[in-house]
Amino acid sequence: MQGRASDRLRDGRLIVLLFLGPAMVVLLALVAYPIVNTVWLSLFSSDGSQFVGLGNYNEMFTAPDTRRAILNNTIWVIVAPAVVTSIGLVCAVLTERVRLGTAFKAVLFMPMAISFLAAGVTFRLVYDENPERGVLNAVVVGAHDAFAPPSVYYGMSSRPESDLSAVDGAFLTPEVNAGTPVLIPLVGLPFERLPSDARPASAVPARGLTGTVWLDFLRGGGGTAGVIDPTETGLPGVRVSAIKEGEVIATTTTDANGRFAFPQLSSGGYRIRLDEANFTPPFAGATWLGPTLVTPSIIVAYIWIWAGFAMVLIAAGLASIPREALEAARIDGAGEWQVFRHVTVPLVRPVLIVVLVTMMINVLKIFDLVLVLAPDSSQDEANVIALEMYRVSFGGDLNFGLGSALGVLLFLLVLPAMLFNIRRLRREHT
Amino acid sequence: MRQIVRLAGALALVGLFTSACSGASDLGDSSGKPLSGQTLEVAAVWSGVEQANFKAVLDAFSAKTGATVKYTSGGNELPALINSRLAGGAPPDVALISQPGVVAQLVKQGAIKELTGEAAGAISANFSPAWKQLGEIDGKLYGVYFKVANKSVIWYRTDRFSDAGVQPPTTWEELNKVSKTLVDGGITPMAVPGADGWPLTDWFENVYLRVGGSDNYDKLSKHLIPWTDPTVVQSLQILKDYWGTPKVIQGGRSGAVQLTFTQSIADVFGEKPQSAMLFEGDFVGSEITKLGKVKVGDRAKFFNWPSINGSKPAVVTAGDQAVAFKDTPASRALIAFLAGPEAAKVMAAKGGYMSANKNLDMSAYPDDTTRQLAQAVVKADLLRFDLSDLTPQSFGGGTTADMWKLLQAHLSDAASDPAALAHKLEEAAKKAYGSK
Repeated sequence: MQGRASDRLRDGRLIVLLFLGPAMVVLLALVAYPIVNTVWLSLFSSDGSQFVGLGNYNEMFTAPDTRRAILNNTIWVIVAPAVVTSIGLVCAVLTERVRLGTAFKAVLFMPMAISFLAAGVTFRLVYDENPERGVLNAVVVGAHDAFAPPSVYYGMSSRPESDLSAVDGAFLTPEVNAGTPVLIPLVGLPFERLPSDARPASAVPARGLTGTVWLDFLRGGGGTAGVIDPTETGLPGVRVSAIKEGEVIATTTTDANGRFAFPQLSSGGYRIRLDEANFTPPFAGATWLGPTLVTPSIIVAYIWIWAGFAMVLIAAGLASIPREALEAARIDGAGEWQVFRHVTVPLVRPVLIVVLVTMMINVLKIFDLVLVLAPDSSQDEANVIALEMYRVSFGGDLNFGLGSALGVLLFLLVLPAMLFNIRRLRREHT
Repeated sequence: MRQIVRLAGALALVGLFTSACSGASDLGDSSGKPLSGQTLEVAAVWSGVEQANFKAVLDAFSAKTGATVKYTSGGNELPALINSRLAGGAPPDVALISQPGVVAQLVKQGAIKELTGEAAGAISANFSPAWKQLGEIDGKLYGVYFKVANKSVIWYRTDRFSDAGVQPPTTWEELNKVSKTLVDGGITPMAVPGADGWPLTDWFENVYLRVGGSDNYDKLSKHLIPWTDPTVVQSLQILKDYWGTPKVIQGGRSGAVQLTFTQSIADVFGEKPQSAMLFEGDFVGSEITKLGKVKVGDRAKFFNWPSINGSKPAVVTAGDQAVAFKDTPASRALIAFLAGPEAAKVMAAKGGYMSANKNLDMSAYPDDTTRQLAQAVVKADLLRFDLSDLTPQSFGGGTTADMWKLLQAHLSDAASDPAALAHKLEEAAKKAYGSK
């Protein structure tokens, strides 16, 4: 009798081994071994030949590149999960109320269908500095120009050999007298921007103080600097001021031939000023992927991708909270904000925490979006731990020791969040 | 359990895919030829059209010898692919590698075999001593440049030049003058794609080869003179002066470091040109053609990099070097074939390719532009390999490489001091060469 029982026990063990064995082998080979090996590698020099102890860890916390990466990761962890969860919560609550909620949810969830790589490439275009390519700068510049449009003649300059002086964006002549036309040559206007009503420049002597503002550049070359050549065009609509003893005494604009005249001024000692307003440069927008804005810009792209996901999870949580609680609160006279703040949020808190923790783990190992979005020139400023790990390991140095140390750091950072999730899961099951 | 089934399914799919790929890569098999029945594997960076063009060359080899040639594309990760294959004990027979530094390293490890017999003979017969020398390490011949690049040309928009009434410059002073005239004409002269680091290293190399001369260039590439050498500082100053001239570079300093190389081609050779000139190698030509807005030789032309302080015509070059990992008759035969004019002719006819083979008839090239580019390489008095490719990878060859990053800083920072920058380069070089 006893023998049969132990047989059965042995059979049972065998079956357990049979079922668990393959999974164990896979786990050991693909999870346990790499973890141990990474820790082991992190104690060696770049090519794995020399034992350096904690040297790599020391370098990790002292090198400016890695310090920057750790700082950036901290910013990511503080900002991104909180914002993603908040936006997800707000959208989830709002979509419950509107009629086309499901359609709205589907649209918000759509970015999840796109890989990070593709999203990164798309956002690189959105953030492009040139308003003709970058949607964001196109909007910013468009809005700015609606209030403060650029002038026609922005970017123009005087020739270095001319006697014009550039002062605060305006051009000023030396002292001139009435009687002889004042010649004011300017260059640097793209031919496409030449006003269509511009006519060939001319300088006709007339009564009073007169002169000509013209484009001193012939299409196709040739011509003499400082002289009105036959086919050179005048610049119409330039605001011109006459100044005497520091005071503006008269203002006019040029005609189609670039001529201006102050018939009432007859003496000498005037200075002519081409006002700054003629040369207001267009607003250039922001350098979204430049050194200062690159991390916030990438975080925004990340939020765009994940907000929909958070919303769907939170909406599922919302659907399961008891309606009576909300109704009871409303009957007791609570406003919508109070219901949201004191009833809805506490009831979905478990879901919110799941989303928050999941996002934290996700953000800690953020890599692809940063690699694709940040131009090489601002990669240092956008650096995060996972990217730094890749850069030192495969970016040229082939320093697998330091790379492994960074991997271990990443692992240690993710660990608390993982343990938290596991514990919570276990509690839910019991 | 379901997950395991799914995993198995995925694995099976991957297996199918790879076998399909390798199946497609097998090339011709005929018998009665000297190497019939033998199988060779060739690895290179090319994919897409270039892969198809190169396969035509391999087809010709198969037809001639009867050997079966399998092509493996390593893309930009070719060195990593070769390293892992070497570690696994199954390297390809022949590989075409673009980084001389990688080749040198593999030679040191003993992985790359010295070229002897018919391979060495074919190289001596078809290449000038200067080109043959580029394939040698410590006096022994290890490789041959099958494909070369001319990195000393500046591409320009002919319509922009004629708008401003300027001619392609031949000296640095003329380049400055042309740039100034373009600015006066309201045209931005130059696009400098500084978001990528490598075009900036090419800028430096072209200036340095002309300012420092060939001896210093060789010494600097081996770090036998420090980067604080006056010639380096002078070259950095020349770059600073040109890049820093108001309105000369597209988008100014901050805009230039946001401009990628791919974008710069579209900006200069697109519908609405934002600049008149773009400096980079001959491969810009095929990119312009791919873009399809203007025609190379019509509105897009090139001029040779202008001489500085009366320097002689000089070309910075790069290329793919064929090396053998196995010393077998078949791999020797393939190297000899690749070194011959026949292989170069097949590839040249397809376009987007240049050879340094002196016995290749210039009429093999499909158009005048390629012919001129190739002529400049074959006839250059002074020919030097891309310097950054000769330096250790952590210094000159990657997005985190110090030379790239420091030159980007030089471009973006108006206050950048050439002497201080040279000092930083020297510090980085010491570290990189020391760790080698």
